[in-house]
Amino acid sequence: MKIAVLLKMVPDLVEELEVDSTGKALDTEELKFKLNEFDDHALEEALLLGGEEDEVVALALEGEGNEKLLFTALAKGASRAVQLTGVQPGGSGEQATAFAAALAESSFDLILTGVQSVDDREGQLGPLLAARMGLPCVSVVTGVSVTDGGATVNKEYSGGVMAEFEVTLPAVLGIQSAQQPPRYAPVSKVRQMQQTATIESLTVGGAGGGAESEVTAMAPPEVGASAKMLDDAAALLEVLRGEGVA
Amino acid sequence: MSGVLVVCEHLSGEFADITFELLALANSLGAGDVSAVTFGSMAGKASELGSAACVIDAGCEDEYNPESYAAAVSTAVDAHSPDLILIGSTSMGMDIAAPVAAAHGLPLVAYCTTVEATNGGFACSSSLYGGKLGVSSQVSSPAVAMVLPGSCDGDAGRVAGSPAVNELAIPESAGKVRFNRLIEPEAGDVDITQSGVLVAIGRGIGSKDDIELVAELAELLDADLACSRPIVDAGWMEKSRQVGKSGFKVKPRVYIALGISGAPEHIEGMKDSATIIAINSDEDAPIFDVAHYGLTEDLFDVCEELVEELE
Amino acid sequence: MGDHRYQEYVEKDDAVIDGIDVSGAWNRMWVPREVTEYDFTFLDRVTDLSGGESMGWCYECAECIGVCPVDNVGSYGPRKLYRKLQIGLDLFDHPDLWLCTTCRNCLRVCPKEVDMMQIMPAVREQAILNGNVPGELQEMLQNVAEYGNPMGESARKRMRWLKKFDEPVRDLSKEPGEVDVLWYVSDYFSYHPRGIDAAKAMVRVFNRLGVDFGVLGRNERCDGDSQRLCGETGLFEELAEHNHALFEQNPHERLVVSDPHAYNAFKNEYPKLTGTEYNVQHYTQFLAEKTEQLAGMFTGEFPRKVTFHDPCYLGRHNGEYEAPRTLIEAVPGIDFVEMFRCKEQGYCCGGGGGGMWLDGLTADHTFERLSENRVREAVDVGAEVLAVCCPYEVSRFEDAVKSTDNDGKLEVLDIIEILDSCLGDD
Repeated sequence: MKIAVLLKMVPDLVEELEVDSTGKALDTEELKFKLNEFDDHALEEALLLGGEEDEVVALALEGEGNEKLLFTALAKGASRAVQLTGVQPGGSGEQATAFAAALAESSFDLILTGVQSVDDREGQLGPLLAARMGLPCVSVVTGVSVTDGGATVNKEYSGGVMAEFEVTLPAVLGIQSAQQPPRYAPVSKVRQMQQTATIESLTVGGAGGGAESEVTAMAPPEVGASAKMLDDAAALLEVLRGEGVA
Repeated sequence: MSGVLVVCEHLSGEFADITFELLALANSLGAGDVSAVTFGSMAGKASELGSAACVIDAGCEDEYNPESYAAAVSTAVDAHSPDLILIGSTSMGMDIAAPVAAAHGLPLVAYCTTVEATNGGFACSSSLYGGKLGVSSQVSSPAVAMVLPGSCDGDAGRVAGSPAVNELAIPESAGKVRFNRLIEPEAGDVDITQSGVLVAIGRGIGSKDDIELVAELAELLDADLACSRPIVDAGWMEKSRQVGKSGFKVKPRVYIALGISGAPEHIEGMKDSATIIAINSDEDAPIFDVAHYGLTEDLFDVCEELVEELE
Repeated sequence: MGDHRYQEYVEKDDAVIDGIDVSGAWNRMWVPREVTEYDFTFLDRVTDLSGGESMGWCYECAECIGVCPVDNVGSYGPRKLYRKLQIGLDLFDHPDLWLCTTCRNCLRVCPKEVDMMQIMPAVREQAILNGNVPGELQEMLQNVAEYGNPMGESARKRMRWLKKFDEPVRDLSKEPGEVDVLWYVSDYFSYHPRGIDAAKAMVRVFNRLGVDFGVLGRNERCDGDSQRLCGETGLFEELAEHNHALFEQNPHERLVVSDPHAYNAFKNEYPKLTGTEYNVQHYTQFLAEKTEQLAGMFTGEFPRKVTFHDPCYLGRHNGEYEAPRTLIEAVPGIDFVEMFRCKEQGYCCGGGGGGMWLDGLTADHTFERLSENRVREAVDVGAEVLAVCCPYEVSRFEDAVKSTDNDGKLEVLDIIEILDSCLGDD
């Protein structure tokens, strides 16, 4: 079985997000990127599904931190890592087009990626990719098992309800959470990969994935009335007593 | 043609709240007639969709199927050429929006909290980066917009009426995705949707060990414990206590959020609480945008102080 | 004598050795000891590791059990691990691997020099490589790797504690140049509210003493010593490379640290990697040299009963017991009282060797937290203040004060805070 995992770096929300002088984009100077946590789950799910005979290929677009990302995927157990070059990673639409071009080269049974990311204004990568590749897609998946030519997936609805689907392969799955938390990649293993392993390079065509929308502004959300900030626990206790709770 | 197409979600024979929220939004746009697409046998409840000018019965199975429902909506778009297609930013919506947009080469804007009609298109505001930034987009018509649950007032969309119902001839499904069964959640020891007071913990809790202290506080307040998704993913609390998009929607009298940043997926599940109190050491945490009261003290110190006072 | 496990023993009817006739029933002393009937695979897996050898030297005298802080509140210690390994414990996949705080009390008393400070990191490294790492620890390691601090706070906010702080502090990343004292602040002093209290106190004391000091600024990263002891050698090496480069870029006469773990790292571990000897002092050592100057500057008193907790990594690991005491006893009005378990016998707070981030796991295997046990001792000795000089300790002991219902009875203060309170015009 050949499983592809699409990995993306996204702005790290631990940092303060500032809008640049155009008022329409993030100020990249102080920005830090990290692996989209849902993509980490997608990788973990792929590694759990992949047996000795299977191939798990991690793919990422060229960009800041993406090489370390791919070496980390190799350290965790991915069979191969591929970096897509020749394309400026734009919104999720353009990313989907780039990945679709890369994946068209090989035949994967399963393509996994995170259900969403913090910056996919143009929609979730999984479904966008599947639409471009004409593949079936199920999103918000929390459990996958593979049978002959098919996969059984658990899709999460709200209220704790789940639905079980059978999907004919090849297919795209948007992973919400893997069946166990993403494994740890010891630093020494990542460094070992950086020394010994190679990341393959694949050039894909430029972006051009259909009509887009234009960002007109970016700002902290306007709120009607934000929280009344309290001074300390004593003040909080007052509020709780006022609510008849304490 | 023109107008707005609304994709009506349902579960277990009832229209979901998002359906009415989308209808309310659609009607507020002044962008022409509102058509509501229903699936399965839900067209039989067209009388609940009085705020739509007409109902498009897209058939398909009663149980949601990503493949057939998306194809059906695509067909509906073919037939009616709407200016705008409104889909919920939900588990179901995520499967449908992209294929529909791709099939017709339409732009897609996700995580919308507001949509307004402008000259030749629409202005949308999306909640991104964990709720920390709002991004405004301008998109030309026709377009697809995914709307976050809770963004609009569903009551305005709950209008009884008798819209015309038109059956849509849908293509045969490719059959690559087949529904097996629904899995109901294991009954937990508590139904947090019925709780009057909830104390919810998020990533800020640090370690499983510390939940004990919060449990003490909850007991003293006669409250139930709840949590955000990461806590359940880590295996520290059962799913029956998860608040948010893939958990439960709660409306307690008092909701105390401890160490919860306030990502849209969580807000979705608790924003209707009567009084929201948030404690988070990050003063920029989006939770403070929806909370009524906030405190940026260390949550353990606060819990300990409260427990002491209340004992 | 050879390895008795592999020799064949033969019982003789006649035995004369060196002219002495030892024939008789009692020559049966050479019957193999029961220990050779065990399967040594599990023990060998440990002793085969580089660093794990000393585990095999144990002869089960149990001196270590008497001083092991974890055994005091549970069941643990090198001798017990040795026994368990003999009878089939897979230490590489077992909670027992993560209970040791590397406090060094066992090594202090071990006649065979069984060294947990070597054994634990070696076994833990393998466990991590095999994917067996406790979740709470994994999160901490990821935080350190990603953000340079175990809390997962933004690295950019490392100097935030200087905001709205009136005292002058030279940030060498902004004002480079030679400085007498390079003060390595450390994670907890930079990010934790109580650590920040102590950091500010340090600045005030330095300024009053006229110390020419500078800090590394946002680029300072975790020293990595605790992470090394958790088995993350790769992470430790990365951090050492990074911090070493910073030390080199910022010429200084001496390196002063707030944190005994950083002290241990820079004094004993970094040199093994970088080949450089650092002129490092713990702040208590640095200030102990200035007690005369300080004595002339005290404007206030500290008339309270104070006891002192010896930090494992300054005390047992590096032999420094006097400097903190010199400082404490220099404070006017102070009433200093020693706990029984002091100096070499100091009782670990539970934070070392990764313990700081393993409280969840430890709680499942101990009936009391080490820090709670220690706090009770401080209260029992009649102290009103528990003085410390390791950043891990303040939060651990303050939590323990509350959980042992001693709130209001015992205050926990870093020595620098005590000094600061008696200096200047506040």
